[in-house]
Amino acid sequence: MFLIDCPYCGPRAETEFRCGGEAHIERPSPHGEVTDEAWSNYLFYRQNPKAEHRERWVHTAGCRRWFNVARDTVTHRIIAVYAMGETMPAAAGEPR
Amino acid sequence: MTRHYSALSLIREGLNGQRGWEPAWRDARPQAHYDAIVVGGGGHGLATAYYLAKNHGITNVALLERGWIGGGNTGRNTTVIRSNYFFPETAAFFDFALKLYEGLSQDLNYNIMFSQRGMWFLGHDRHAMEMLSRSVNAMLLNGVDAELHDSDSVRRHIPGLNDRPRFPVLGALNQPRGGTARHDAVAWGYARGASRLGVDIIQNCEVHDFIIEAGQMRGVETSLGTIRSDLVGMAVAGHSTVLAAKAGIRLPISSYALQAFVSEPVKPCLDTVILSPATGTYLSQSDKGELVIGAGLDMFLSYAQRGSLPWMERAAAGVVELFPAFSRMRFLRQWAGLVDITHDSTPIIDKTKVSGFYISAGWGTGGFKAIPAGGWCLAHLMATGTSHPLATGFCLDRFRSGALIDEASASGISH
Repeated sequence: MFLIDCPYCGPRAETEFRCGGEAHIERPSPHGEVTDEAWSNYLFYRQNPKAEHRERWVHTAGCRRWFNVARDTVTHRIIAVYAMGETMPAAAGEPR
Repeated sequence: MTRHYSALSLIREGLNGQRGWEPAWRDARPQAHYDAIVVGGGGHGLATAYYLAKNHGITNVALLERGWIGGGNTGRNTTVIRSNYFFPETAAFFDFALKLYEGLSQDLNYNIMFSQRGMWFLGHDRHAMEMLSRSVNAMLLNGVDAELHDSDSVRRHIPGLNDRPRFPVLGALNQPRGGTARHDAVAWGYARGASRLGVDIIQNCEVHDFIIEAGQMRGVETSLGTIRSDLVGMAVAGHSTVLAAKAGIRLPISSYALQAFVSEPVKPCLDTVILSPATGTYLSQSDKGELVIGAGLDMFLSYAQRGSLPWMERAAAGVVELFPAFSRMRFLRQWAGLVDITHDSTPIIDKTKVSGFYISAGWGTGGFKAIPAGGWCLAHLMATGTSHPLATGFCLDRFRSGALIDEASASGISH
């Protein structure tokens, strides 16, 4: 069980959230020129690091807003929480 | 030294003070070169090494395991064996595994304690019952045994079910040939069988890197030095993507923690396997008397071999809901295994872009029941260079071509 610091509601229990998987995935385009490989990569291939992972979470049992989390997949330590559309903050690495 | 296990050898060794038993397998040190290397000493890797030697005569084989054999998911699952799949490819494959399990104790001369006690998949509403009857029809069409039972029949077969559960039991699918086996015995039996045929079982040997020259596999760098071979197979479950990346290969796999736990041991009280996805319950009783309870996946990437508390609570609530008599039993142990999930919940047994490098991965939450067939087919692929007919659909290319075998939806695999 871990605490997630929702940027809108503050720290809440893991059970209030759902993980939406890898963050910062861009749909390949233009539509008519996407190769099978690129499309397959977009649909099925995900980063699966045994290290820090950037992922999306949604506060389903709270404000229902989405945000990004950088989390260590071994220790579950949350390294950073930042807004959708933002890139990873430069000061990352400090635990929150 | 006594090698063969039989009533006669048991009596002889009893009279001899049990001093003559040969160790089940040789604890080998690595040589510089082998005809084949299998990376991963879980059930799949051990079975692959065994069938390479037995079916294909390739006996100069090293099996490399980072920790101890059977210490990963092979020792962390809920020991259930069944073949209730929907599509012809997966049904044929998993039923082949079940058939091999039926003869495995004899084949290995090692009692894997396979108990075909049936596997009950409960339905709690009308829609679930429609899906179960569809499942039964698909299984029968695929030549797999299956029965559909109504509520009264379920209660006759499973004593102790809650009389007035919050979610009524309307019926169930039963696969009578399903059941449980002793998971450690499967690993140990295959290790013993492979070792006898000449395979070197090398524990505490971590693979750090692959040696690849001009697209051809040449061997591995390990914590015990360089080991060369032009033929390498890999079956490492939750670490598939991490290790494949060292060979420059990306896999469509995500790793999650799957949790299970056991209660204190009690007298025999449950003689079958209960699966109730709607209440989050996966329950059986081991021969030692412990209730073996499977929970669900923590739905975020994880390389931590421990599950989360919320799932533990949910699974326990499901058990108590269905069997109120178990409400005061205490948990004894809790753990998790790292499972490698593909998008369609179907495994991958295939060659790779590196010549001489083969993978068996993506077994997800159901790898234990597949061990004999997974080893059989990876050994076939490594020895002949072509896919076994049972595993041709389990290719990597399906994620490009779109020919997915989507058991995630079809047979209601809950993760």
